Amino acid sequence: MSIPHGLETLHFSFTGTQPAGRFAPVLVGVVGSGNLEVMIEPLADSGAAGECRLEVSTSARGFAPIWRAVAEDFHARHPLGGVLISINDMGATPAVVNLRLDQAVAQMRSAQP
Amino acid sequence: MSLANPLQASFAESTARERVLQLLDAGSFTEILGPSARVMSPHLSQLGVPSSFDDGVIVGEGRLGDQAVLVAAQEGEFMGGGVGEVHGAKLVGLFQRALRQRPAAVLVLAESGGVRLHEANAGLIAVSEVMRALLATRAAGIPTLMLIGGANGCFGGMGLVARCADHVVMSDAARLSMSGPEVIESSHGVEEFDAKDRALVWRTTGGKHRYLMGDCDVLVDDQLGAFRAAALQLLGQARPLTLEALEHEHALLAGRLADHGDAADAVDIWRRLGIADAPSVVNLDAAELRLLKHPAQEGAQP
Repeated sequence: MSIPHGLETLHFSFTGTQPAGRFAPVLVGVVGSGNLEVMIEPLADSGAAGECRLEVSTSARGFAPIWRAVAEDFHARHPLGGVLISINDMGATPAVVNLRLDQAVAQMRSAQP
Repeated sequence: MSLANPLQASFAESTARERVLQLLDAGSFTEILGPSARVMSPHLSQLGVPSSFDDGVIVGEGRLGDQAVLVAAQEGEFMGGGVGEVHGAKLVGLFQRALRQRPAAVLVLAESGGVRLHEANAGLIAVSEVMRALLATRAAGIPTLMLIGGANGCFGGMGLVARCADHVVMSDAARLSMSGPEVIESSHGVEEFDAKDRALVWRTTGGKHRYLMGDCDVLVDDQLGAFRAAALQLLGQARPLTLEALEHEHALLAGRLADHGDAADAVDIWRRLGIADAPSVVNLDAAELRLLKHPAQEGAQP
């Protein structure tokens, strides 16, 4: 797949130990300058252990190693399984990305029974 | 929002999603084409610009004071609330849904710089389709309410859409106009309009001036609860869309140009409207300004 000029797409996958179970999709954040939106949805057919898949679309090209580090940190904090995390990013810093990811997980859990 | 009462939170500082949830009766909102549907702009990614899962507008149905309403909310932080092809189509679809469901009102929480320039003609066509759909909704007797309280204001095509609606509710933090300040400055020069002069910009396009001129029907404080109360009062109140009403509007606009066309500043206009201490208007809150315009009616409004 060709990457359109200015946008970069990144994919990360982890094996989770905490199955997220069923939940309504959650969206936090806004695609604005230095900000991002994070959506968490249940991931069907994610295997017995439970996959945590991250799909990132970002306007800041060339930061794949930093995204990988942020994703690994997130997985260490929340080893979720059975979730698809989709991100539209407009140049958020790693700290902002971390906060948004934690906000999304908190909102997902607060809506669960 | 950590406030004890979330309805006291600032409308301007809330996201479009927070606004919808606080405006409607608790737990009543059902989104249509929500973010997981991924109905996104077909244009932005081709230009290398990030898309948003909801294309910057939330549409759906819910209840307000236990009456059925349809609602749309533009997210001003995404592309300045600009109307693109999908964004516009979601608004059009909401108005067309209103024709079938006949809700007590269609609420539009507008925050937009107008047409999303990245989408060019598709965005322009989208805005004109939104206008046509809104007017069809009005013609069917279903009230359309514009609630304007975002920091980005309501400009360009959405400014036109707003003035097509039955009622406009604004806060003093909000702005409503056709051309934005920078557009006026770049086309007519800084002597005509200095876009960096924030006080001038708000005096000219802000909620207080719009309210005094009659472009805004209800002026409220920048609180989610104040917008909710104003919307509640306007449910079911359609303004008949007749030739007489249009001609009356045209006469009002012609009169405005005749009376105030030579005024150099909004303060001059307020003085001509009979406000003795016109410069003090900028320091008044919404309740004081309502009292100034309608001395007898205060207390009846939110």
